[in-house]
Amino acid sequence: MKVVLPTPLAQYTANRREVEAHGATLAELLADLDRRHPGIRFRVIDEQGAIRPHIKIFVNRAQAGGLALRLAASDEVLVVAALSGG
Amino acid sequence: MARLLVLVGTRKGLFILACDATRRAWSIEGPRFLGEIVNHAVLDPRDERTMLAAVRAGHLGPTVYRSDDLGATWEEAKAPPAFRKAGEGERAESVSHVFWLAPGHSSRPSRWYAGTSPPALFASDDAGRTWSGVAGFNDNPERIKWCGGLQDAPPDGATLHSINADPFDPAHLYVGISSGGVFESRDEGATWTPLNKGVAADFLPDPEAAYGHDPHCLRVHPAVRDVVYHQNHCGIYRLDRPASRWERIGDNMPKDVGDIGFPLALHPRDPKSLWVFPMDGGTVWPRVPIGGKPAVYGSRDAGKSWKRLARGLPPEQGWFTVKRQAMTRDLLDPVGLYFGTTGGEVWASFDEGESWACLRAHLPHVYSVEAATVA
Repeated sequence: MKVVLPTPLAQYTANRREVEAHGATLAELLADLDRRHPGIRFRVIDEQGAIRPHIKIFVNRAQAGGLALRLAASDEVLVVAALSGG
Repeated sequence: MARLLVLVGTRKGLFILACDATRRAWSIEGPRFLGEIVNHAVLDPRDERTMLAAVRAGHLGPTVYRSDDLGATWEEAKAPPAFRKAGEGERAESVSHVFWLAPGHSSRPSRWYAGTSPPALFASDDAGRTWSGVAGFNDNPERIKWCGGLQDAPPDGATLHSINADPFDPAHLYVGISSGGVFESRDEGATWTPLNKGVAADFLPDPEAAYGHDPHCLRVHPAVRDVVYHQNHCGIYRLDRPASRWERIGDNMPKDVGDIGFPLALHPRDPKSLWVFPMDGGTVWPRVPIGGKPAVYGSRDAGKSWKRLARGLPPEQGWFTVKRQAMTRDLLDPVGLYFGTTGGEVWASFDEGESWACLRAHLPHVYSVEAATVA
């Protein structure tokens, strides 16, 4: 499925903002994303499996609350990085 | 001729100042990791090639990058420092940022250590490619007690810092925790004991508390065995091992200056020479140069007496702060001293502090400064 990434993660994908990854759950999708682009998962998911504080993940424009969320092959996943301050 | 590198970690990236041993004409490279926080960048003195940098973007998780070519190219650690996954009912912790990096003992050529926020110790045995927790510290049932709670933490979070591998004993390690105190291990990290006797902690009710203190920067002398100094939230201290009670050598500072500050630098050869950068610790703890007159203070007699070293520094209206990793020295003779400011300047002295010049201005807020010599 299509995964849309924010610019801070483009260093892992040769500057591509849209990439492909697969999985039946968000956890599987992120594991597949990390296989394709090593290192990317830890920058958005901490070691306890929580989405990091300034990251939001949307599936078909609905915010995902956790990694257990089930996915369909036609879903679109959007990762957003939000930061404020100077 | 040897080259000198000064690694400047800032809130918005890494800069590398370079010069030959004359220390006259400096170049600058960078920024690397533009926009990312570089808490610390260190060149390995054992191989004079490997560099590690503790990096974190504001929105992304923390990581470590490494370079084998003096910073020209960088690769990310395959397994950055991270706590193990918490079991059922266990406290679930995640690394907020890597705060301190330190090479291990010379007999462990690929060993590095990393200190993090929240306070924890991680080690790598492959020159920074993969990291794992030092179980003797991170899983120590006393650790949470040692580190206190949120009210004990500095503004950017409690940290483990000042990781020193004793150059004369590969099994002997020192660390500092803000707050928590100084701790040492005699068995390469398997067990730890507090080392805070004689250290003031004005914010603790017990004047002889075993832990809970706030060391800001601890340095073990690299050339003379068993000489340790530290700049604390509450004073400047010296310890000559095997003694375990610190002597407050900051009591010998001028009373109108005091002995509050963050960094501390040791002469690489003379165990009696050291430098500090006093900060205003009065009223609400402004943490700026006293009276807006920045000055380094140096001692040549192990802290029995101190000399103000301010020639070339702003004579007035200088209000920057120098953070705990942001002052260091090189290995040349005379020793060069360097400090970076929260105002984005890097200052240097090539006569052991007698006179100062601004090497660079207009950089981002400086978090760390490390000097290294390469062949």
